[in-house]
Parts: sequence; C-alpha cells; structure tokens
Amino acid sequence: MKFQDEFRDRALVQNMSVNIHRMAKRLTAPVNFMEVCGTHTMSIYQYGIRSLLPENVRLVSGPGCPVCVTPIGYVDKALACTNDPVNIVATFGDMLRVPGSHSSLMEKRAGGADIRIVYSPLDAVSLAKNNPERRVIFLGVGFETTAPTIAASIIEAARLQLKNYCVLASHKTMPVPMEILTADPELNLKGYLCPAHVSTIIGAATYKPLSEKYHIPCVVTGFEPADVMQGVEMLLAQTLRGESRVEIQYSRAVSWEGNSKALAILHQLFEPCDAVWRGLGVLPGSGLAIRAEYAEFDAERVLNLDVPDAVENPACLCGEVLKGKLTPFECPLFSTICTPESPVGACMVSSEGTCAAAYKYGR
Amino acid sequence: MCLGVPMKIVSKDGDTVIAEVDGVQKEASVMLLGEEVTVGDYVIVHAGFAISRLDEEYAEETIRLMREVFSEEDMA
Ligand code: SF4
Repeated sequence: MKFQDEFRDRALVQNMSVNIHRMAKRLTAPVNFMEVCGTHTMSIYQYGIRSLLPENVRLVSGPGCPVCVTPIGYVDKALACTNDPVNIVATFGDMLRVPGSHSSLMEKRAGGADIRIVYSPLDAVSLAKNNPERRVIFLGVGFETTAPTIAASIIEAARLQLKNYCVLASHKTMPVPMEILTADPELNLKGYLCPAHVSTIIGAATYKPLSEKYHIPCVVTGFEPADVMQGVEMLLAQTLRGESRVEIQYSRAVSWEGNSKALAILHQLFEPCDAVWRGLGVLPGSGLAIRAEYAEFDAERVLNLDVPDAVENPACLCGEVLKGKLTPFECPLFSTICTPESPVGACMVSSEGTCAAAYKYGR
Repeated sequence: MCLGVPMKIVSKDGDTVIAEVDGVQKEASVMLLGEEVTVGDYVIVHAGFAISRLDEEYAEETIRLMREVFSEEDMA
C-alpha cells in the first residue's frame, strides 16, 4: 500500500538504527523522549523499535490514548445512560470494555442495554434519524483529531432538526498535559515525538510555545517504523546541537498551521474547559465542553447524570503508566490478573493503550 | 480509536467520497477538509471523515531523504 510499505522497509529501518547508535555515542547522559500518541506506542511495540535503539536513548509512553485517559466517572455516566430503555448509547468500539466503578458497557449490553458500536459519529446521527421515538446518546471521547468529527455530527443533527441526538462529551486537548509532563523533573524529558494525527488538525506551530518555554525539542512524527526512527534521529540531532525547535517529520500529512476548516468547526461547537485526566488529575483548560448555543445536544445538560463518586481499583497502576513513570511490566497485575479479555484498567483495553500494546507485542 | 488510515479516493459525490485501502472500501465525509480533493488523491480517514490530504510529493521527498541519509555505504 502506498504511503505505508515504503515506510516499513526493514533495511532502511536497520540503517537508521545503526546511525542512531552512532549518534548516541556522543551523548553525555541518557535521554528520555516521550511518544505522545497511543498509535506511536502501538507502532513502537509492534515493530520492536526499542530494541533498535541504544540504551541511552529511551522512549517513554505518554498519555495519548483517549480511552485510557478517560476518567472512571465518565464511564459511570455512560453506564447510567443505559438504564433508561428509551436511550440508545452509541460509541466507538473500544469504549465497550473499559471498566467503570462497578460494570462496563459490555456487561450492560449482555444484560440487555441498547448499546451500538458505530464507526463514524454520522452513523449515530443516522441512528437518531431512523429511531425518532428513541434518544441516541453518543459517547464523545477523543482528542483534537476526533472532536471535529463529533462537532460535525452535531451540526448535521441540527441541520436535520433532530431533537433526539446528544453527545456525552469528554474531549481533551493535547498541549496542556504535554506542558505538565515537561515540567515534571522526575520524568526528565528531553524531547517529544509529537502526535501525528492530532497535529494534522492543530498544526505543528502549536508546539512552539512549549519548545521555547522549556527548551525542549519537538518533532511531529508519523506512525510507520521509518517515521518513528527518523523522528528519534531528528530529536537526537537537535539534542546534540543543543537546539530546541519544532520540526515536522510527518510532512506528508501535517502542516504548520493545521486544518483550519476542522478547527473552525471544532471551535464553533466547543469551548475550553477543565478536564479530568486519568493519572494526571484535573488539568485546567485541557478539555472541550459543548457551547451553550448547542445545549440541546449536550447530554450533560439534557439528562440528569449525577453518579456517585467513582471507585478506582487501587491495584491498577494506569495513572503511573500514563505519565510514563512505570512500564506495564512493572505492574503486578500485568498479564496475570489484567489481560485484554478481562482488563482491570483502561490502558489494557484500547489497542492503543500502553498495557494492551505491551501485552500483544511484548518487549 | 485515534486510528487514521491513509486511503485513496475512488469516487466522490459532493461532500461524500468512497475511499479504498487494501481492497476495502469505505465511505468518508470530506466536510472537514479545507482543501479540494479529487479522485486519485490520498487522504487520512479517521472516524468516517477525511482529516488531511496526503501530499505525494512530500511523501516521496521524505523517503528519498531517508534513503540518502541512511544509505548502505554510509553505514559501513
Ligand atoms: S496492567 Fe492493567 S492493572 Fe496494570 S496498569 Fe495496566 S491496565 Fe492497569
């Protein structure tokens, strides 16, 4: 397949590895680079990228899997939505197994709740159109990549004058947590492989304030193995030169200014709000709330969704995994009690979750 | 769920395109794209929407540079 095969060329990736080893000899101390996206994490495990890097160049996984950073309280609200038989809960597939305080959507569905998996938010709008006597609640999770698609679904529902479509929104934006993690001395991050598809929307220029304030190199990097290796090489080159700039490795898809049309639709529907991130807590201005003008499409406003305080499984170390402080292998539940079939934490659910990637592909 | 797949547009009708990858065809909306796309273009499809057009020239340039910088002889 074009745009994939060339970037999976083994010999090329091997050569890049040799070059990175050579460059790394000039480092005076080990460096930690964070890959922000869950898709990066998946690719790094799948292609064994860590084994191609020298010991003093470490990749740590960041909070870039939207399902994983979704707080348990949100899952509890989604579960509460399933209690009213008038409701159809529509969701992307990977939310299904995420454990809430006492149950999961999967279990609710087995118990008879009407939960539909959709591929596109527009499919959820069609569901609402075709079931006028029901109410369709779409679970809106995801970063800046997904938020515009949800916004588009609300615009479409408004155009169709649907009164039975709403979104339980829990969208998050990437730059705020990156700033928090950069400032964390324990992580000691020296560079970012910035998210690829998030950046197609927000544009690479978004990372400039971060790189300038913290003197940290940022490279917007694609997901194929050769992309990731080149991203690492570019970060290393900057480190060795003492630079801290934003660069675009993934130039075939990402521009400096991003996708202005998608951003306009996103801002038309959403405004910044504080948001709870699993593992990171409440981060000011890191979420997206539906604007008051579109209140009738906001499940939080339409429904009464007061749920009791969430119950975390104290043994799950997802929070530390999401901050890049622990690897899944350091969690005592990993692959013994916690598996993709019966996940204890969200990181084991989504294929982009660090624990799920580690489980599937090993070291 | 963040998955975005590079797909080739095989037909277009208004804001809706049919895009293909590995023989699988899917419908996608182009209403979030700021630029015009036509049949034969590659786009990244995420959750039923094309979110970015893939630039063939940049793709080839990236690969060419990778091969140049990381060529065999250089690695000896
Ligand atoms: S292995 Fe399971 S329990 Fe441990 S951190 Fe990962 S998701 Fe949580």
